Amino acid sequence: MPNLKDLKNRIASVKSTRKITKAMQMVAAAKLRRAQDAAEASRPYAERFNAVMASLAASVGDSDTAPRLLAGTGKDDVQLLVVLTAERGLCGGFNTNIVKLAKAKIAELKGAGKTVKILTVGKKGREQLKREYSDLFVGHVDLSDVKRLGYGDAQNIAKDILSRFDNGEFDVATIFFAKFNSVISQDPTALQVIPASYETTDESQADAETSQYDYEPDEEAILADLLPRGVATQIFTALLENAASEQGARMSAMDNATRNAGDMIDQLTIEYNRSRQAVITNELIEIISGAEAL
Amino acid sequence: MADTMQFDLVSPERKLLSAQAKSVQIPGSEGDLTAMPNHAATITTLRPGVLTVETDKGTEKFVVTGGFAEIGETVSVLAEKALPAADVDQKTYEALVAEAHEAYKQTKVTFENEPGPVDDAAKLLQDMVAVGTHIGLDPMQPSL
Repeated sequence: MPNLKDLKNRIASVKSTRKITKAMQMVAAAKLRRAQDAAEASRPYAERFNAVMASLAASVGDSDTAPRLLAGTGKDDVQLLVVLTAERGLCGGFNTNIVKLAKAKIAELKGAGKTVKILTVGKKGREQLKREYSDLFVGHVDLSDVKRLGYGDAQNIAKDILSRFDNGEFDVATIFFAKFNSVISQDPTALQVIPASYETTDESQADAETSQYDYEPDEEAILADLLPRGVATQIFTALLENAASEQGARMSAMDNATRNAGDMIDQLTIEYNRSRQAVITNELIEIISGAEAL
Repeated sequence: MADTMQFDLVSPERKLLSAQAKSVQIPGSEGDLTAMPNHAATITTLRPGVLTVETDKGTEKFVVTGGFAEIGETVSVLAEKALPAADVDQKTYEALVAEAHEAYKQTKVTFENEPGPVDDAAKLLQDMVAVGTHIGLDPMQPSL
């Protein structure tokens, strides 16, 4: 049986752990709100952008002159996987889930005989992937110094990816991130960004047919101008979703940890009280039997 | 005939303005254009410039650095970076010009023998410099 002092120390240490997890939960909650606001604020842009792109893509269609960013290189031999994860841990299964999805994809692509290249954003994904696939790495983007995600950050990543594409380093690029549903649920998602696939809904199809836009300059010049921006926009959206997901995951992980610590304290306290009681009873028995012996 | 139209100005980071507008003057890449209600449906890219919105409450000016505008029944401007003109002081402006200048220098190195992209970047830089005169700031002339 552990002695009283050990138990007391144990309780004190779990209590301070609970204090820390509680604080982390509150910080995550505050950050989550900000991250959600940022994601919310970026939505109108992304929505309008995608709508315009969809109608543009529908009208340019599969013509031979369509830009390579839209039409692709005609091959899918070399695949670039861009894995977006957090810079910090202690956020439940958030990083692991994204990495797991990416690993499944890597295995699938390798099985199909494709060449895989990996670009990571965020330290945690790099650490986890490096163990198995260090030979596939082509780069890493460090965002640990970034306090507030800006469009500029996404643009830099996009620029990096696009220049690799222009140099013919890969044919298809897919980004991996976690989509934010709610505090308790984040979906790891894979999204293909190059060649760009804009969902042509029936509505946008009809839109493209009915509204004959004038293009200034011509359609293809606009498309060529917009496609790189589309990549940046998609990455920006993914980064923001990821940020919100990370904070949400951390919040629920820390909430769990706080609750577990509470349970543990209760249990330890009961154990402590019992052993204290036992010690007292023992002492009493000793005194009484000592007195009786006299 | 409607005399106002829905106008939205959004940047990737936030929505700057959503209002009923009488007219919107847009710095298109092929030249300025003014969109009024019932304008022909147009999509145009933007050059760095000043965007002027006329609403019932008066006119508002924004500095935009690029992006595109969609004119239909409603007008949406999707700017890469947009700032209310009143918020742009000499320092932010100089930072913008410096950024364009940096981009220009870089393009000059990357596309050494292709005049196309270099000219584009040079034009972008000039537009950026011209913005300064439009909003009454000291235009910073970078050495080319």
